Amino acid sequence: MTRSAIAIALFAIVVALAPLVVASDAWLNFIVLALFGALMAQAWNVLAGFGGQFSFGHAVFFGTGAYAMAVLQVRLGVNAWAALPVALAAGAAIGVFIGALTFRYGLRGSYFALATLAFAEIFRILANTFQFTGAGAGLQIPLTKSPAMLQFDARTGYLYVVLAFVVAGLAIATWLKHSRFGAWLQAVRDNEEAAQALGVDAYRVKLGAIAISGAMMAAAGAFYVQYLHYIDPGLAYGPHYSVEALVGALVGGMGTVWGPVVGAFALHLLSDLTRNAFGDVPGVNLMIYGALLVLIVMFAPRGLAGLFAALTAKLRGSK
Amino acid sequence: MNAVLLAASRVSKSFGGLRAVQDVSLAVEQGSITALIGPNGAGKTTLFALVSGFLRPDEGEVLFGETRLAGLAPHRIARLGMTRTFQIVQPFANQTVLENIAVGAHLHHAKRGDALERARAVAERVGLAPQLDKLAASLTIAGRKRLELARALATEPKLLLLDEVLAGLNPQEVAEMLPVIDSIRRGTRDMPGVTVFMIEHVMQAVMNLADHVYVLANGRLIAQGSPRDIAHDEAVIEAYLGHGTAERLKAAGREQ
Ligand SMILES: Nc1ncnc2c1ncn2[C@@H]1O[C@H](COP(=O)(O)OP(=O)(O)O)[C@@H](O)[C@H]1O
Ligand SMILES: [Mg+2]
Repeated sequence: MTRSAIAIALFAIVVALAPLVVASDAWLNFIVLALFGALMAQAWNVLAGFGGQFSFGHAVFFGTGAYAMAVLQVRLGVNAWAALPVALAAGAAIGVFIGALTFRYGLRGSYFALATLAFAEIFRILANTFQFTGAGAGLQIPLTKSPAMLQFDARTGYLYVVLAFVVAGLAIATWLKHSRFGAWLQAVRDNEEAAQALGVDAYRVKLGAIAISGAMMAAAGAFYVQYLHYIDPGLAYGPHYSVEALVGALVGGMGTVWGPVVGAFALHLLSDLTRNAFGDVPGVNLMIYGALLVLIVMFAPRGLAGLFAALTAKLRGSK
Repeated sequence: MNAVLLAASRVSKSFGGLRAVQDVSLAVEQGSITALIGPNGAGKTTLFALVSGFLRPDEGEVLFGETRLAGLAPHRIARLGMTRTFQIVQPFANQTVLENIAVGAHLHHAKRGDALERARAVAERVGLAPQLDKLAASLTIAGRKRLELARALATEPKLLLLDEVLAGLNPQEVAEMLPVIDSIRRGTRDMPGVTVFMIEHVMQAVMNLADHVYVLANGRLIAQGSPRDIAHDEAVIEAYLGHGTAERLKAAGREQ
């Protein structure tokens, strides 16, 4: 536990000091987006990696966080710092809502995955319909570049905000490894009936997990709005961030603390390299994700974290 | 007679047209080891599922102490103090033995440290102490059966339902487990005794351990009594060895 805390603190310090070393906007943007990806991957990891409930529609939480943030600021004049906790709570609430509808009726595996996909699509259509959410045109938040409004004139400020979220995500994952709730959640993942026989309320545990996961994904959505000042139904609830969250966690290693961070950085490195090679061809990113996913599933089903663990075990063994 | 801890009265369950459990009434006394035996497909596992909340009876009711269990979810029943094991072992395969047992221990211990400590003590008791850090998936059949028992025991139940925890073990492994089960019933200085209701095919275990035996065949209770009575019960012999066997055995006895 203390060793994990030290590792997380070291990571936070190294990333926080990165702007001193890499001052270029391109590099800072890379780190911000990789951290943003890590946050989403960790959100997905809490529900799928630790809880065994695979979602294809995590955008439903992302979009809810993003729209809560934008609507509160644009329509109701709420300060961004005050809107942020509301956005997180909205993500958690949507999580509980979807969980209550799906887990109550015992939806598992691909049925649960498809249900989440359907919810994301329903929310996309709703956001597209109502004037309140700006309909198809989306919502633009006023540009202030003022930290009092959770905006910054340099990327460094955004880096610290998203880093704080990623660190919180790492702390949550570590807590899952060392707590009763985490033990129950992993028991439900591995064998729901056996867990119930041991007194675990599988339904409540899954609801808790989807609430936490929803809040984390909503944090990513809220961050997105502050970073890019704009949201529309396709960005918010389209498949892109559902896929990025899922692939990041799968590539890095599900059910591990660090896998989602490793996976997200690997993913962003790869997509930057291919962008240099192919230019900005639309869809190349998703193709890369797909190819990478196939490779990981075939050759490293436990992700990069699992691969790393296997390698160190081998090195130790051969000494 | 001791107080009755578990009482089923006129419990029935059908799967489609198959009447798996029919009109079964039985009682498990506090502090006893009570056995449930019967041929394959008799409905024993189904009866356990009915009692532990995994299935709902079509008819009849189940009392645990003073509490009616009708409609309670399995986890609620476990929290009341009744824990079942599974005939087909259900380990958390990708977790270590210690982590598996700790899940059970967490029922009454919120803190991770307390649950792990409890899990170690339980592992010691069932002979899993040397394998704490192994993955459950890597255990032998005997190891998995022990794990199934350990996990359930870690919930600190009043009543343990053991579904063929000795099946698949070799004679030496069976001989090692008998005193473990007996000590679970008797309790030790820091662990109170636990009433045991066990489904068992290994007759050596039934004869050695059980205070009282119920026999199920084709979903119906056909006999009950002490292990000695049951061993000589004609209906029981017929249920196991086929119709007419008891007659033939008797005839063979007369000829000698
Ligand atoms: N979930 C189920 N659905 C349909 N039939 C079942 C189910 N569970 C058990 N059965 C049937 O009920 C009968 C009793 O099974 P079971 O209780 O497992 O017997 P035992 O444990 O005594 O060997 C068997 O014929 C079995 O095939
Ligand atoms: Mg059975």
